[in-house]
Amino acid sequence: MADVAQSTNVGTVPVKRSKLMKKLQNKSLWRGVVALVGFVLFWEVCSQKLYMGVDVPWIGKIPPPTEVYDEWKKIFFWPGYWESFYLSTARVFAGFAMAQLIGIPFGLLLAINRYFRDIFFPPFEVLRPIPPLAWVPASIVFWPTTEMSIAFVTFLGAFFTIVINVLGGARNIDVQYLRAAKSMGATQWDLFTKVILPGTLPSIFTGAAVGMGITWEVVLAGEMLSGGGQQGGGGLGFFIWSSYMGGTVAQVIVGMISIGIAGYLSSSFIRYIGVVSMPWRRLF
Amino acid sequence: MQTETNTSIENAEKATIEMKSVSRGYGEKWDREEVITNFDLTVNPGELTVLVGPSGCGKTTLVNLIAGFDFPESGEILINGKPITGPGHDRMVVFQETALMPWLTSYQNVVFGPKLRGDLTGQDLKKKATDLLTKVGLSEFMDKYPLQLSGGMQRRCELARAMINDPLLMIMDEPFRGLDAMSRELMQEFFVRLFEDGGRTNLFVTSEIEEAIFLADRLVVLSNRPTSVRKIIDIKLPRPRNFHQLTSSEAFDYKREAMELLHEEALKGFGAAAGESQKAFMESLTKTPS
Repeated sequence: MADVAQSTNVGTVPVKRSKLMKKLQNKSLWRGVVALVGFVLFWEVCSQKLYMGVDVPWIGKIPPPTEVYDEWKKIFFWPGYWESFYLSTARVFAGFAMAQLIGIPFGLLLAINRYFRDIFFPPFEVLRPIPPLAWVPASIVFWPTTEMSIAFVTFLGAFFTIVINVLGGARNIDVQYLRAAKSMGATQWDLFTKVILPGTLPSIFTGAAVGMGITWEVVLAGEMLSGGGQQGGGGLGFFIWSSYMGGTVAQVIVGMISIGIAGYLSSSFIRYIGVVSMPWRRLF
Repeated sequence: MQTETNTSIENAEKATIEMKSVSRGYGEKWDREEVITNFDLTVNPGELTVLVGPSGCGKTTLVNLIAGFDFPESGEILINGKPITGPGHDRMVVFQETALMPWLTSYQNVVFGPKLRGDLTGQDLKKKATDLLTKVGLSEFMDKYPLQLSGGMQRRCELARAMINDPLLMIMDEPFRGLDAMSRELMQEFFVRLFEDGGRTNLFVTSEIEEAIFLADRLVVLSNRPTSVRKIIDIKLPRPRNFHQLTSSEAFDYKREAMELLHEEALKGFGAAAGESQKAFMESLTKTPS
């Protein structure tokens, strides 16, 4: 009997390589590096004004990467720049954390309780299509400080996406898991903590990754509209806006790239937490 | 060694299931569909009863009723004389597609039930789970997640997860569906050994006649919808079973009998639909101006 079973257990021994070597041998990493370098080179070549006085369309109108780099070197030691970085990141994470804290339980409640869903889903669906930026004037009226209104708009940006993802994820859990758990004597609380919660985790992280992106978009727009802070650096959105009003285009581009990097780092952070907390998704 | 493990980890208690004129249908008046009507069946203790029926005949509904996920509209279902009031760990279901929790390792899946109820803890639980996983040939895969296991391994893990609860009745709802032919045959062989060692009451649902004859003590042929028992065939092939018996003339007779019954039942369902479309086709012909 055991022979029958074991005859199919033919496994392969994985070749052991160090993590760094594995990373370096990863073809997609190199494709990414080549693509980025290629992009910067293309930009550099196209934005040089060397073509008998004629600009390359679009790209010819912006400063080349070398100029942006020079500008960056100057800004790099200006505390206002780092303050902006810090302020935007703080706002993003504050709004994002609030959206998670309220959005996940709210989405789960919508998924597991019919009465709750009947009551709260319709107003939720009415509010959901309103773009976060349309909330800016209202939130300035709602909240006593600018900081609070920016945080609120940021919160809204992530909240709706998180709730929809959690709701969808929890409702899509295979009924067989719930039945199997019930057969084995699970209480309602067990079903919630041991089946619905882990079963929704992938959707929670999908919602978090998408929500994080939206949060960055929203916080910058919020900063542009609501004006800057006190010490010269009012957030990256304000940084771009003030560069546009009174600085150079190269400065604007520095701001844009800073946002890109900040956004990339924050979504990498979310992805990393996702990978760590869902080992079953990290297979082979 | 094998028998020693069996006596130490198997529960000797066996269930009798009685279904008395059970009916279940779905929908309101206008789209009402009867799935099961006046269904009578007794599942004898320690026997492997196989339900075989045309596809879509309500086999899964029967499983849900006995497991307690669903309730009959009339009639009653008794387990050892007591009516079934809901799901319980005296009846374990092995589902069609795997229902192992993907976020738990094989070991964590197996200990899920006892851990919830707290009726087995610490070293006792660990020993029982390890023994069972070894028994189903997964001792080296205890820390793997279900998605890392092959289809056959997943089903064996699920068997272990069911058995650790010492159910009085094992309900197998087309458990080997979706496996390739080779794994399926191995699983059938494995499962029949498991049954012959443990001897607990088993209810096995399938749409494969050969699988049914190979496993069964009693073969229950179901009718087309609304489902009732068409015929019960006692399979008197000697145990332990092996695949050679399937080529015996005895097995062939069982197979022919079951196939004829099933063919008739399948035709009833198919014929009804075909008859109507044929009628519509003829009508459309007569209406066409020539």
